[in-house]
Amino acid sequence: MNILTLVRQVPDAEARVKINAQQVDLDGATLVIDGMDEYGVEEALRLRESGAPIEQIIALAIGPKRNEDALRTALAMGVDRAIHVETDEKFDAVTLSRVVAQVAQAENATLILAGGQEADWDSQALGAASAERLGWPQLTWTNELKLDGDTLTGRHDVDDGNESFRATLPAVVTTQQGLNEPRYPTLPNIMKAKKKELRKDDPATYGLTGKVRTVNAEIQTRARLNTMIDGKDAQAAAQQLLDLLRNEAKVIA
Amino acid sequence: MILIVAEHTAGKLAKATLEMVTAARESGREGPITLLVLGQNVAAVATEAAAVADQVLVADLPGLATYNAEVWAAATTQIAQEGEAHTVIIGGSRSGREYAPRVAVKLDAAYLEDATKLSSNGAALQAQRYTYLARVTETVEADGLVVVTVKPGSFAPAAPAGAAGEQYDVELTLPAPRVEVTGKSVEKSSRVALTEADVIVTGGRGVGSPENFSRYVEALADNLGAGVGATRAVVDAGWRPYAEQVGQTGKTVQPKAYIALGVSGAVQHLSGMGKSKNIIAINKDAEAPIFKVADYGIVGDINEIVPALIEASRK
Ligand SMILES: Cc1cc2nc3c(=O)[nH]c(=O)nc-3n(C[C@H](O)[C@H](O)[C@H](O)COP(=O)(O)OP(=O)(O)OC[C@H]3O[C@@H](n4cnc5c(N)ncnc54)[C@H](O)[C@@H]3O)c2cc1C
Ligand SMILES: Cc1cc2nc3c(=O)[nH]c(=O)nc-3n(C[C@H](O)[C@H](O)[C@H](O)COP(=O)(O)OP(=O)(O)OC[C@H]3O[C@@H](n4cnc5c(N)ncnc54)[C@H](O)[C@@H]3O)c2cc1C
Repeated sequence: MNILTLVRQVPDAEARVKINAQQVDLDGATLVIDGMDEYGVEEALRLRESGAPIEQIIALAIGPKRNEDALRTALAMGVDRAIHVETDEKFDAVTLSRVVAQVAQAENATLILAGGQEADWDSQALGAASAERLGWPQLTWTNELKLDGDTLTGRHDVDDGNESFRATLPAVVTTQQGLNEPRYPTLPNIMKAKKKELRKDDPATYGLTGKVRTVNAEIQTRARLNTMIDGKDAQAAAQQLLDLLRNEAKVIA
Repeated sequence: MILIVAEHTAGKLAKATLEMVTAARESGREGPITLLVLGQNVAAVATEAAAVADQVLVADLPGLATYNAEVWAAATTQIAQEGEAHTVIIGGSRSGREYAPRVAVKLDAAYLEDATKLSSNGAALQAQRYTYLARVTETVEADGLVVVTVKPGSFAPAAPAGAAGEQYDVELTLPAPRVEVTGKSVEKSSRVALTEADVIVTGGRGVGSPENFSRYVEALADNLGAGVGATRAVVDAGWRPYAEQVGQTGKTVQPKAYIALGVSGAVQHLSGMGKSKNIIAINKDAEAPIFKVADYGIVGDINEIVPALIEASRK
């Protein structure tokens, strides 16, 4: 069986975000592979290491050139080859799922591992939309996964807690913190990764027409009072804070 | 029509449903606001729903006793098609954001995810949403048939408008669920749900220990009738359940007052609580980033300040 992992290159959490002409401008920002996608790559490698008969692990990225670096990271971590559908146009996740579904079929993947939530655009939709296009079940927010033959078992978070599950491949699994600790690519593996295949696909072959337009982006900051109270006298500070919350902010009775 | 899939728990309509009704009213889209109630033994929920909607469609079926993404997606799609909905609104809960993309694919609709504001711009439905760890507010738009998920806590809960809407029972053709649930641990809390709380007291690693978390964070929350939150550091350490985690990979909250005890204010934490109306921080480090977003801050030791706060706030 083959596994498809979806990866993206995103700004590091600490990176400053700039707005230029009503759109986010990543110029100069430190970029990294999305942490949620990294869990997916790691999990694919671990499933193979645990003895599951996995022939190939293929990483797929759709988006601008920067995503090559996410694919290089995945290759250095241990995936076998990579596919980059390069486009500068920003597509919504439901549109992008068309590519994922077509690639999954062309590559005979029976398991897709996708990040649970994008660090930049915040979407949780790509895994679910891809599952729907393929007619597969999905498991989201997974924090434990085992594969035995074509049976997936594990645990995942749901609205009111945590569930253990069983499902049969093919399936889409999305990740969550706690699923694993991703490995750091070693220098020899980074060197080896340079020789692995990174195929470039023309987005036109996938027939993408976006339905969602981003018309504005702005940084809205809420002015904060920054009223500081000295905590040396604990009783006085506590009383002062409660008074402010009661009478000024009016948030407690 | 505008179709809203009602969220409900334990036989009660969730606040998120009332928020979705407001979202629908503010969307500028026309047609009756229709609430769809999916579940089993949901008559009471349907009656509550009727108070805020033009009409309520009730699917009270054994096959809907427990949530499953494919089942919910099929049910929602069928009703949206039969009712010729142009706008489908689903809660931005974990489950909502899991099955909504499937509905969008089935309907070949545009999907606006996790909206915090809705309005119409001609034929286009516009949504605001937070991106880049909630530091950026983006406006996105789509024409025609649109599926929207609504971020919890972003819209005011709707008040009843006029006479109660009519209720209709609907028939559904449901697929068999393909994910078998083999166990479940429900994280129950006697306290107010985080996403519904007006006041939240959150503890971070600076609280010191799980015992201190109960002694300080829970005790203060009880005095204030508040919900209890935790940072990932505290959840990872096993002090508190994941259900209490606030932040990028936990819950997003916007209470009237967010009281952070021994929380440093990492970007991933701020992304989950930075829109709170008032932020209050107690931290011994005057340079802690949490103070940059705080309305009221006390620089001091949790072990001294919080007992004094608990004492002074005792009812
Ligand atoms: C999936 C779905 C199921 C519904 N089921 C019913 C239902 O069982 N009974 C009902 O009265 N309304 C039903 N409705 C609501 C209905 O579509 C109208 O919005 C509502 O009845 C208002 O009726 P009207 O006379 O103003 O409008 P109109 O749409 O002009 O309705 C004309 C008549 O047809 C009946 N009707 C309309 N749609 C349906 C339908 N899908 N199934 C059965 N009868 C229908 C109504 O009772 C009404 O008397 C349903 C709506 C949806 C989306
Ligand atoms: C992909 C990813 C996702 C993440 N998602 C989340 C998330 O959803 N939620 C989240 O919270 N974090 C998240 N994090 C982790 C985040 O980066 C921080 O590590 C975490 O928020 C820190 O928690 P903390 O503030 O409790 O601990 P610390 O950063 O250790 O801060 C403890 C604070 O307590 C203060 N303190 C210590 N002792 C005392 C005392 N006696 N009195 C007063 N103050 C004291 C210290 O000065 C310090 O500021 C995520 C990280 C990553 C990489």
